[in-house]
Amino acid sequence: MSAALQMTGVHADLGGRPVLHDVDLRVDAGEFVGLLGPNGAGKTTLMRAALGLIPLKAGTVTIAGAGPGYVPQRHEFTWDFPATVESAVLSGLVWRIGLFRRPKVAHWQAVWHALDQVNLTDLRKRPVGELSGGQRQRVLVARALVLSPPVLLLDEPFTGLDMPAQETLAELFTTIAAERAVVMATHDLTAAAYTCDRLVLLNRTVVADGPAADLRDPAIWMRTFDVGPGSHLLKALALPVGG
Amino acid sequence: MSPLQFLADLTNPDLAFLPRALTIAVLAATMCGVVGCYVVLRGMAFIGDAVAHAVFPGLAVAFLFSGSLVVGGTVAGIVTALLVSVFAQNRRLKEDSVIGIFFVAAFALGIVVISRAPGYAGSLQQFLFGSITGIPDRDLYVVGGTTIAVLLAAFLLHKEFVAVTLDREMARALGLRTFWLDLLLYVLVTLAVVMAVQTIGNILVLALLVTPAATARLLTDRLAVMMILAPAIGAGGTVIGLYLSWSWDLPVGGTIVLTLTGAFLLAQLAAPRHGLVARLAS
Repeated sequence: MSAALQMTGVHADLGGRPVLHDVDLRVDAGEFVGLLGPNGAGKTTLMRAALGLIPLKAGTVTIAGAGPGYVPQRHEFTWDFPATVESAVLSGLVWRIGLFRRPKVAHWQAVWHALDQVNLTDLRKRPVGELSGGQRQRVLVARALVLSPPVLLLDEPFTGLDMPAQETLAELFTTIAAERAVVMATHDLTAAAYTCDRLVLLNRTVVADGPAADLRDPAIWMRTFDVGPGSHLLKALALPVGG
Repeated sequence: MSPLQFLADLTNPDLAFLPRALTIAVLAATMCGVVGCYVVLRGMAFIGDAVAHAVFPGLAVAFLFSGSLVVGGTVAGIVTALLVSVFAQNRRLKEDSVIGIFFVAAFALGIVVISRAPGYAGSLQQFLFGSITGIPDRDLYVVGGTTIAVLLAAFLLHKEFVAVTLDREMARALGLRTFWLDLLLYVLVTLAVVMAVQTIGNILVLALLVTPAATARLLTDRLAVMMILAPAIGAGGTVIGLYLSWSWDLPVGGTIVLTLTGAFLLAQLAAPRHGLVARLAS
């Protein structure tokens, strides 16, 4: 079976500074992958490279089907815009509808189906400005799902959300990952270790890649996050400190 | 002066400049109202101001060589928008600084150019503050045609403009050419501004762009309603403003802007759900 997302030997720069160095990553349908690393490790850059938003210096990116669905950080979206939930989701179809054309019934059906998947059907007529943080995050997920992408890229979906909202979202992502590939960049290491099938530790390049249970060596976490053996990070992950 | 008297003046053949000015002002206000919705929602009021000032050297050159004011103003506005887009690529300066530099520079150039024209002071005042006299007949056709073109462009590219405003990065990822959409929006702003400049003046035209759209935003949470309300408010304010200016012999640009500002304050007070009165009552 071909991969949903395959990155091979990817090098990429940001403002003349090398950010990604020889990144190899393969994600298959049915996998929920957590992308972990400190600020500046290149998590967002990796996603933007997968989306074709930045040129690669070297390497290749292959994506199955229609291209990835992207869920950017929540602050990228103009929430005070006078748009309803369903029209915000419809904006994900702008390219598919085509230049100078209006949405057809099939497009609205795709929107409603996506809203159904994220449990926002009841709120579809509500202005986006009146939504809570967790609801906003689900609008962005629906907007990405409306294209039925084989891969979903989530950029720090948990940031700024309270606990029940985070858990509801994590469940949603797990459900979505049953039939698609999901890659989630996050700083919530414990949640990622608990919910993701696989963790990818990134710092300019892939430091480690595997199920959380296989990443018990504290050295790889210390190397990824540039922390010492006394760091509470290692304790929070219940790694064998000093071992 | 009663509204009936105003109607009589409008149909008086000796005052033919009056209905012509009214028609042009209403069409310009309609265009500005629609384009202004994007300006307000994207938070680009400063760019609107910049474009409004930037058309000035073009008008001055056209005036000096008796060319078409519309063509001159449009070219100058687009050149400035392009310069801003190019210089804003330099990451050490924020875009608003670049805009600040170029719009004042353009305005300064306009003043230098128009100082070479005979009757300098009079024409300067006319450009800056607007006038309802001296508009040639053919401008009616130019403004009418431009109105249709601008409204059609906004209608056809509406969902693209919305997508870019909602989430620029996502729009790019979806395959939209954001640079060209931005440039086209600047061109639409420029056209709307140039059409309005003659009656309302270079400095005050920003009000036509921003005030009706902002007022409409206060009154509704639905974009479709906003884009109908804004041009309606702009056109209505223009008619009332011109009437007041004609009855009391006040400068037309200033009267129109103050009328629109009155509508904005009224909406601020009495808007449904979010207005001051509604909030105090709840």
